[in-house]
Amino acid sequence: MSNLFDLLVAGLATGAIYALVAVGFTLLWQTSQTINFAQGEFVMLPAFLMLAAMHAGAPFWLAIILGILLSMILLGLGFKMLLVDPMMRHGVLPLAIATMALAIGIKEAVKQFFSAEASPFPSIVPTGDISILGHAVSLQSIGVLVVAILAVVGLTTLLNRTSLGHQMQAAAQNPTVARIIGVPVERMILLTFLINAFLVALASLLITPIYLAKFSSGEVLGQAAFIAAIVGGFNQVRGAIAGGLLIGVLDNLAAAYVSTQYRAAVPMIFLIAVILFRPQGLLGRAEERTV
Amino acid sequence: MKSTLLVGALLTAMTATSAYAQAIKLADVAELSGGGATVGTNWKNGIDLAIEEINAKGGVLGRKLEVTHADSQSNPGVARAQVQKALDAEPYVLLGPGYSGSVKVTAPLAAEAGITQIMGGEAAELTQAGNKFLFRTSFGQQSSMPKVAKYIHDDMKAKTVAVVWVNNDFGRGGRDVVIKELERLGSKVVADLSTEAGQADFAADVGKIKAANPDAVFVYLNEEESARILKELKRQGVTAPLMGETTLIGQKVIELAGDAANGARGHVGLTTDAPVDLVKQFREKFSKKYNYVPDHNGLKGYLAVYMVKATTEKMGKVDPKKFADTLHGLTIKAADEPGILMDVTFDGNGDIDRQSFLVEVVEGKQVVKQVLPKVK
Repeated sequence: MSNLFDLLVAGLATGAIYALVAVGFTLLWQTSQTINFAQGEFVMLPAFLMLAAMHAGAPFWLAIILGILLSMILLGLGFKMLLVDPMMRHGVLPLAIATMALAIGIKEAVKQFFSAEASPFPSIVPTGDISILGHAVSLQSIGVLVVAILAVVGLTTLLNRTSLGHQMQAAAQNPTVARIIGVPVERMILLTFLINAFLVALASLLITPIYLAKFSSGEVLGQAAFIAAIVGGFNQVRGAIAGGLLIGVLDNLAAAYVSTQYRAAVPMIFLIAVILFRPQGLLGRAEERTV
Repeated sequence: MKSTLLVGALLTAMTATSAYAQAIKLADVAELSGGGATVGTNWKNGIDLAIEEINAKGGVLGRKLEVTHADSQSNPGVARAQVQKALDAEPYVLLGPGYSGSVKVTAPLAAEAGITQIMGGEAAELTQAGNKFLFRTSFGQQSSMPKVAKYIHDDMKAKTVAVVWVNNDFGRGGRDVVIKELERLGSKVVADLSTEAGQADFAADVGKIKAANPDAVFVYLNEEESARILKELKRQGVTAPLMGETTLIGQKVIELAGDAANGARGHVGLTTDAPVDLVKQFREKFSKKYNYVPDHNGLKGYLAVYMVKATTEKMGKVDPKKFADTLHGLTIKAADEPGILMDVTFDGNGDIDRQSFLVEVVEGKQVVKQVLPKVK
């Protein structure tokens, strides 16, 4: 039983990170119909930016700030202006393929400039345990969960409670009408790209101490987050969050109770089931996306 | 006049080529990228260092050594293609790969070509297929695992053991031998966990170890995964002593796992921390050239080249056909050939006999706790 509790906590911690990345998927899809297949690499890159800052002599906290800022410039602004905007008018599919190319480009560039080897990455949470309900739970899991939850709560508050958030939603749901009533749609779209870049940088900061900084570490993450977004509902932020947590927990339980060899297959089978029986995702709404 | 010039130029070119052909050509295929990049990079650097040293002292029998490096991308399929390409260029000796899976699929190619292959793989089965051209640079699992099992049973006094292994040729080979030996000695295997190469998340596996509550944990994974599981073991507060092989306590693992590596123990055929003067000198030279401390793969690559040198000098000529025969049963003494670092004997299968070490990670450093002597 204690084993199950540990598995749930570890699964939720990993799932929370998947959720951050999956939320980015849905944000980009909603506002600009971008399916970003480089999302996993977007999580891998900020860790290397932070490492580069540290190699240059910056302390860890400064490296984090620099890493996040650089990510927002490169993966937010740069991604939108240099790849999404020019490709957008060719349709969803060419854009999706362009993001696949970008993923390969980022991976190879990191391999070239850093190395193909993994590097250690410091953790923002100290190692150690605290006791919850008689179970020893690692501070790192708690830290990851707390930061991820804060980020998600902050985001949903922004989207649902503020004028800016309402404008963003309007821009996503019906850009034409939004434009007529005076919402700066372009700026709102840019904002979602920046938010996505912030979320992936945060995910990078949380997951890299566990997964190690490596050029290929985005592959697993991108795939898990993509499945999470589809399972939860591609057009719903809360769907992506639920999907992320679900996939994280499912993955861990599958590894423990089914078989380590088939752990990767279990989320896939679940994905197929969702696509067959509830194609809009568990929390998605079928009618929402019309554009 | 023009044609004379042309003939002259051609002649110069030809003499240049024949001088070039004087060099002894070696081919290296290693894991320069992918999951085994740490292994392959160390191996390659070890080779380059040895060749530089040998050439600086006039080469082998007066001829320089030359090597070409090819990247297997840690993928047996790519390794096979690269080895085929390397063999087509008719090298004197083939060096690498380091991964057992890649060695397994490439060894028949080299044997067919009649080219000796000196490799880094440690899977037990590699030298048991009757291949007369394959040589190890380190212990095979059939030599090291019994030592490991004996240590877990006798010194750690573990009655129950959890075995975690990576699901590839290397992992499965080690797991099979160690479990057989542990059971023979009377230690019970309470958890037998297979993990995947490249696996990032070990929470569930460590959860299972915790649930099994063993007296000791035997960890047999590749370097990066070893680092990840060490961190997870620490994160989940597993306190049972950890025993492994070189891959659990290597320099790269210590660098990646940080604090979490402390206390882990491993049987090591080769370590740059060995209390042997020649090894210490090697470590200094390597660190000076590459700015980092090599792991055992650096030693393996270095030794591979010196095996070529010692064997060739023993033959007194450069003869690729007789090379393997000469190396079988050969004992190379460090007193005669300092580059070999420690006395070593090769048997008829290409397996190695050499002293080995029991190492523990203490405050981020490999500390040799015991020296286990050469068997014969």
